[in-house]
Amino acid sequence: MIELRNIDFSYESKPVLRNVSFRVEPSEAVVVMGPSGSGKSTILRLILGLENPQQGQVIIDGQDISALKEKTKRDIRKKIGMVFQEGALFDSLTVGENVGYYLLEHTKLSFEEISRRVCRMLGFVGLDADEVVDKLPEQLSGGMRRRVAIGRALLSTDPKIMLFDEPTTGLDPQATDNVLDLIKKLHQEKSISTIAVTHQIADAFAMAERFIVIYEGEVAFDGSLVELRDCQDDRVRTFLDPFRASFTGVARKRFVDDM
Amino acid sequence: MSILRAINNWLKHFAYELQRLFFFSLRMLAALFGRPFYVTETLEQMYLIGVGSLYLVVLTGVFAGQGFALALSVELSDFGARTYLGRIMAIAIVRELGPILTGLMVAARVAAGITAEIGAMKGSNQIDAMIAFGIDPIKKIAVPRLFTLVIMVPVLTIICDAIAILGAYLVAIFVAHVTSTMYWTNVRGRLIFGNIFIGLLKPFVFSFIIAFISCYKGFTSEGGTKGVGRATTNSVVMASITILIVNFFITKVVFSLIKGYL
Repeated sequence: MIELRNIDFSYESKPVLRNVSFRVEPSEAVVVMGPSGSGKSTILRLILGLENPQQGQVIIDGQDISALKEKTKRDIRKKIGMVFQEGALFDSLTVGENVGYYLLEHTKLSFEEISRRVCRMLGFVGLDADEVVDKLPEQLSGGMRRRVAIGRALLSTDPKIMLFDEPTTGLDPQATDNVLDLIKKLHQEKSISTIAVTHQIADAFAMAERFIVIYEGEVAFDGSLVELRDCQDDRVRTFLDPFRASFTGVARKRFVDDM
Repeated sequence: MSILRAINNWLKHFAYELQRLFFFSLRMLAALFGRPFYVTETLEQMYLIGVGSLYLVVLTGVFAGQGFALALSVELSDFGARTYLGRIMAIAIVRELGPILTGLMVAARVAAGITAEIGAMKGSNQIDAMIAFGIDPIKKIAVPRLFTLVIMVPVLTIICDAIAILGAYLVAIFVAHVTSTMYWTNVRGRLIFGNIFIGLLKPFVFSFIIAFISCYKGFTSEGGTKGVGRATTNSVVMASITILIVNFFITKVVFSLIKGYL
């Protein structure tokens, strides 16, 4: 279980988050939406313990990660898999070394065993292991890189929580669908809690049933799709209205046609 | 008033940067001790930094030694003191030229590379990814580079010294017409404890300066590719200037401490 309690966070003197509170239950899928620069990614960084809030608590399975020492934070992070924006793959390592990074660094497993697990994971994320395992990240397409990053996060710690920072940004429609399918598969097959941050509203609707809208550092909305559709909050409407006309596929069906 | 305010702001920023650099350097030093040791990364850096800088140091040494010897031979000829060329070259190269030239060359080549690499990793969230996987990036990235520089800068300095003295030898023989025996006797006469001590202490200190500044600038770079470019430039400038300033103080302090051995 993840809970953010009354979080205030500033970069230097610039306020980023103000009194942000929400809770994510085990196996729940949540999407945090909001305009660029509204503090969405900061929420993931706080959950991962990469930043500490000036006020408030970030509670993961009963422990306030922001109050822990770095060594203890590492134990908490073992429960969390993070897929960074653009994947954040180590560009000097091959795909295989990236996916097996955690195992290579933290376990004494044989190279053969790690290779076996890496290939299995690459298969799980929909990549042909034989084709990509020895390639460098720069030789892959954006969608493939994102899937490698998901595989790396999954193989690292067998996480109970997955965080996705803008998982579909910059991808073409086909690659976007593949990544969204993978996120849904993760949620359904592994019962992992997922928190995805995105400003791609159409993709958000395909990833979760619960939505949080962050607007200028505050939680402007927290609820289901139906509640979001009917929400009269000016901040939420200001954020959503420009996108309505561009919705297609699932987003159009779920957000526009059903109205 | 605006000028005073600007100076005030600059001084505050400078003090803040210095403080951050100091604490970052302490973290790097502390990370030197204790597991895990990244042996593969360190060996890789030794090859990239040490072997990779060799051609630069050799070229610098040979031409700086020859140029310096050429200029001195003309001056010394006027006083009929050409035979002292080896003596002066040994002192100048071992105490000053070798350490400074190597320090500056390594600062230019390696500090730029380290800052750019770490800055790019930071900009693409690779550093955060490392932390997320329970790895201390200071230990994994900065310490192997610090360790490598501490070993390699003195080694490169010795190579630079040797090459510069050899370069000066060619000028001594073919231009100044000093006999080979005279040149080497003079050189050997000045390769004494005091000079060698200063000549090795300096690159040892410079290696820390290069490592601390380049890693700090990389880890604190902000603002995308432009920011990485700015950090890289600042890293080289800051490392080079610091090397020159510290060089003066080492010469001054050590000279007065071990005067009897010089």
